[in-house]
Amino acid sequence: MLSTLNSLFIAAVLAGTPLLLGALGEILTEKSGNLNLGVEGMMFMGAITGLAGSYYYEQGVVKAGGDPSGVLSALIALIVSFLAGALGALIYAFLTISLRANQNVTGLTLTIFGTGFGNFFGEYIGQKAGGYVAVSEVTKNTFSKLHIPVLSDIPVLGKLLFQYNWVVYFAIVVAIIMAWVFNKSRIGLNLRAVGEDPATADAAGISITKYKYIATVVGGGICGIGGMYMSMVTTSGVWVHGCVSGYGWLAVALVIFATWSPARGMLVALIFGGLTIMRMYVNIPGLPAQIYDMLPYVATIIVLIVTSMRQSKEHAQPKSCGNNYFREER
Amino acid sequence: MSSNAGQMKEPFIRMAKRDALSQQKAWGIRGVAFLLSLVTGGLLILALGHNPFSVYASMIKGAWGSRTVIHETIKIAVPLLITAIGISFAFKMKFWNIGGEGQILVGAVAAGAFGLFTAHIFPKLPLVILMMLAGIAAGGIYGLLPAVCKAKWGTNETLFTLMLNYIALAFVKYLMNGPWKAEGSSYPKIGMLVPGARLTKVFGVHWGWILALVLVVAAYIYFNKTKQGYEIAVVGESNNTARYAGINVSKVFIRTMFLSGALCGLVGMLQFAGADYTITEGTAGGVGFTAITVAWLAKMNPFGMLVVSVFIAMLERGANTIQTNFKIPASASDLLIGIILFFMLGCEFFISYRLIRRGKEETHA
Amino acid sequence: MGATTEYAVKMHGVTKTFGKVTANKDVNLELKNGEILALLGENGSGKTTLMNMLSGIYFPDHGEIYVDGKAVTIRSPRDAFSLGIGMIHQHFKLVDVLTAAENIVLGLEGKAVVNRKEVNKKVAELASRYGFEIEPAKKIYNMSVSEKQTVEILKVLYRGADILILDEPTAVLTPQETDKLFAVLKNMKKDGKSIIIITHKLQEVLAISDRVAILRKGEYIGAVNTEQTNQAQLTEMMVGRPISLEIERTAVKRGPERLQVIDLTCLNGDGVKALDNVSFTAYGGEILGVAGIAGSGQKELCEVIAGLYPSIGGSVLYNGSDEKEPVKERILGLKPDEIVKKGISMAFVPEDRLGMGLVANMDMTDNCLLRSYKNKKGIFVDRKTPKELAQRLIGELEIVTPGVETPVGRLSGGNVQKVLLGREIACNPSVLIVAYPVRGLDINSSYRIYDLLNEQKKKGVAVIFIGEDLDVLMQLSDRIMVMCGGKISGIVNPCEVTKEDIGLMMIHTEDTNEKEVSA
Repeated sequence: MLSTLNSLFIAAVLAGTPLLLGALGEILTEKSGNLNLGVEGMMFMGAITGLAGSYYYEQGVVKAGGDPSGVLSALIALIVSFLAGALGALIYAFLTISLRANQNVTGLTLTIFGTGFGNFFGEYIGQKAGGYVAVSEVTKNTFSKLHIPVLSDIPVLGKLLFQYNWVVYFAIVVAIIMAWVFNKSRIGLNLRAVGEDPATADAAGISITKYKYIATVVGGGICGIGGMYMSMVTTSGVWVHGCVSGYGWLAVALVIFATWSPARGMLVALIFGGLTIMRMYVNIPGLPAQIYDMLPYVATIIVLIVTSMRQSKEHAQPKSCGNNYFREER
Repeated sequence: MSSNAGQMKEPFIRMAKRDALSQQKAWGIRGVAFLLSLVTGGLLILALGHNPFSVYASMIKGAWGSRTVIHETIKIAVPLLITAIGISFAFKMKFWNIGGEGQILVGAVAAGAFGLFTAHIFPKLPLVILMMLAGIAAGGIYGLLPAVCKAKWGTNETLFTLMLNYIALAFVKYLMNGPWKAEGSSYPKIGMLVPGARLTKVFGVHWGWILALVLVVAAYIYFNKTKQGYEIAVVGESNNTARYAGINVSKVFIRTMFLSGALCGLVGMLQFAGADYTITEGTAGGVGFTAITVAWLAKMNPFGMLVVSVFIAMLERGANTIQTNFKIPASASDLLIGIILFFMLGCEFFISYRLIRRGKEETHA
Repeated sequence: MGATTEYAVKMHGVTKTFGKVTANKDVNLELKNGEILALLGENGSGKTTLMNMLSGIYFPDHGEIYVDGKAVTIRSPRDAFSLGIGMIHQHFKLVDVLTAAENIVLGLEGKAVVNRKEVNKKVAELASRYGFEIEPAKKIYNMSVSEKQTVEILKVLYRGADILILDEPTAVLTPQETDKLFAVLKNMKKDGKSIIIITHKLQEVLAISDRVAILRKGEYIGAVNTEQTNQAQLTEMMVGRPISLEIERTAVKRGPERLQVIDLTCLNGDGVKALDNVSFTAYGGEILGVAGIAGSGQKELCEVIAGLYPSIGGSVLYNGSDEKEPVKERILGLKPDEIVKKGISMAFVPEDRLGMGLVANMDMTDNCLLRSYKNKKGIFVDRKTPKELAQRLIGELEIVTPGVETPVGRLSGGNVQKVLLGREIACNPSVLIVAYPVRGLDINSSYRIYDLLNEQKKKGVAVIFIGEDLDVLMQLSDRIMVMCGGKISGIVNPCEVTKEDIGLMMIHTEDTNEKEVSA
């Protein structure tokens, strides 16, 4: 029983990490007043580019007769996926911030575009590679669980806390940094003002455009990394058609569940991660696997309803979220 | 109080709202944006090492080149058009129904319940009517859920409808694996609708296309000439004004979302009984999402949706051809739709605003 | 600061257009060092636009701005701050979920980490220097209007502004609070600050300013020394012709009881009582004025009666127009359409004209349709009748519009109000509730509205007039009901009391609800 719980916990952390990254990216974006529904698209973009980055790096090195470095390969995946997500977010930012397009529709379009982008290049690169894209063992090993001296060897706790792949720790660090920035720093204060009340922030001399662009683009980059996790860890470095499908949207839902707090996001991601993989660990006789698959979505709906029933002023979506700002609007 | 601001010049570019632009000019801008999006797509094709002109030409030919492919194109356009009309009901009142996928699926499942299991009981006509009603009711009720919660508690409908998509999808997979699994099949799939119950073809395509055309006109009249259509418009502009005018906002939400979901459910039935003859996880196949872009591009005008859905059907059908001819993956159509929509979204800015460059005097249009 | 010139600010030939509307045309304005300049003009005369260009919100199309004699370019509020210019906007620019201190330091350069303790201390020090009372760690959404204004002023002072612009600062204050504010402004003047105060209230101009600059229809008319002018001259400069500022109070015999409100109580969104045992009667053929600080329950009162807001107790009775056989109907809790179905004709002109009374993106026809679309049987709408009504209104009320097909959101404020009030009056109401009907309107439009209200009164309609300008209320109303904190602090005859009396009633009820405020 206990060992089942332990392995459920570990699996939940692993499954929750891409959700956490996606949610963190979206929290950052929404804090600036931009509701970007393109998380799914940006994750797809990050997923394929991260994989492709590692793949082409390996190919290049092998062709030159060298041995690819796993660390370098992982670093490339990280950077490239960040850039791809950021690029998707940049399109969104340009359309909504500079050209004042409807945020809902622009985000949905980004999802369609990003999904197409991911699947298209996934197949295209696969075709060129003669079937499918997959990275080599070297890279795969870099994305497998770490062994931290001493810590990883602590009985039970070592396994529960210190034997994950590096992206898990990366996501946690990002969450902590974000929580600190929002609550303590001047930038965070200004950003919150931009998202709550852009006209006020503007009158206070804060550059709305700059804050919105940076938050949205960096947020998109973080979503991209979440996508990279899907292709590098969840599917073990092999491109699977539609691999992100649904996860991006769960991440958007998670933002509400986390009440726009990065710290709470970690806990919620763990719960959601657990729900997505529960069927492999908890077996209720007579309940088919596909019904388990509904759980995270059903949970999201319940959370949506419950949170909408009790409105709170502070643990709520930034007020201007979804609306574009134009200083000279009359 | 030193200032570096003192030395600065006027901003390089600033923008100002313009007066209403003439329709002609506005469509001119949209036309340019559309061409630019095709050029962008062309550049992408070029980057992949193909000749954009021959790829585009092959797409058009793949969609309109022969009677068979024309039928295929129309078969893609029909669900897209009806779903777009359905979704525009909700979008007109600013209710972001992105649950078209799920509503289509439950519509298909409900129709399937009759089509697959009662085909031996009922003759064709009553069976088809039953399937239609079942699809409509199921889709409508599935659309109703988020509307009721939104009306009662203001629950965010965007995510709600979206989550319902995945729930419906999991349910279909469950049926495929379990209760509805075709006998003797080694992999999960649902059996086929018997040929006698399939929708009759008119000019080579099931009669759904006639229904779609009727719905275009009906939706146009509903939106523009009826009290309910007027109520939707008022609710969409402002809930407060609607309440002020004595409109029961909750009722309008619920009624309209039922209609929205019902039309999507109808699509599910058509797909099941007219196109696929079975239900798979691909029955909705992204139509629910693409239809949103159709509705938006057409500015919620049903006649516009007719044009746009045929165009997008052409892209999707054409993408299949270029996959065979050029080895360009068919997902290219999603990519291209995304690019076109980005440009169309962006160009609206230039219709409502004008840019003033530094030092340039303003000219009034 | 350096070399002191006589003028803190000079604006020369400033022009600003919005689409086809010219908000400012070739305006010159001078602000001397250490003076209080009143910027006077009607609503829509371009005062706020002009000041927004000084504070960096808008950028002028033409013209130059000099600060301390140097030509400057102000592209953003940040530029304005660095020039020592700070503006206190009419609609407060404060972030609700942040504290007072957080709002004050918002957007300032400084260390990466905000030390909240230190900031709170600094803000408290600054406040005490000018005699303000403030809790730096209090969230804005828990604050009263005058507290918020204090935060706004502190925000500007904290940034070390030498030039302060206040946009209609007294609009939301009681006469007593206004006096306090003026005292603080005089202190600041002594401190060497130069101040511009935007207003359209002549008494205030005379009370506080050293000089008056006047704008009319976006153009600069001139400036005069306050000591050498009077109300009549200022009015003429402001309006362009001599006009009588007297509002006619038509003498009409008071009619029968029309609307009886008994012990009405309702809660606001936070569960606090927004109306607390409100009772009064409105009679036909009279204008019942309602005075009170913004947010004293006026909005809820209107909306509860109109069937748009839920109540938790009390009743509202409507008395039919047949005097021999009065029909009493309970209308509390009925939805607007249910009230209509009872055959009761009640018209309501809400405060939020384009957000509640009208649909901004719809044309006049569709907006007129709003009240009547249910009248016709069947499933289709009839657009012929409302179109005729729209055309009639354009003619009768001199509504300036390109045509009935123009979205009402594109019309000017005065014309929007005429469409709304015109449509409501066209229903032949027996009760007419109007909330802040002249807010944002120029003098001509305002007087047209007063005339329309008087006409209704003559017809025997019970008019409930929610106002903010006490002078107008006292001249127009037959009785004034004063509200404070959701309660009625009294109903008075305007001929028998002074403005100060009403001002006191606006902040005082017999049993104060201080406890609830501080909780």
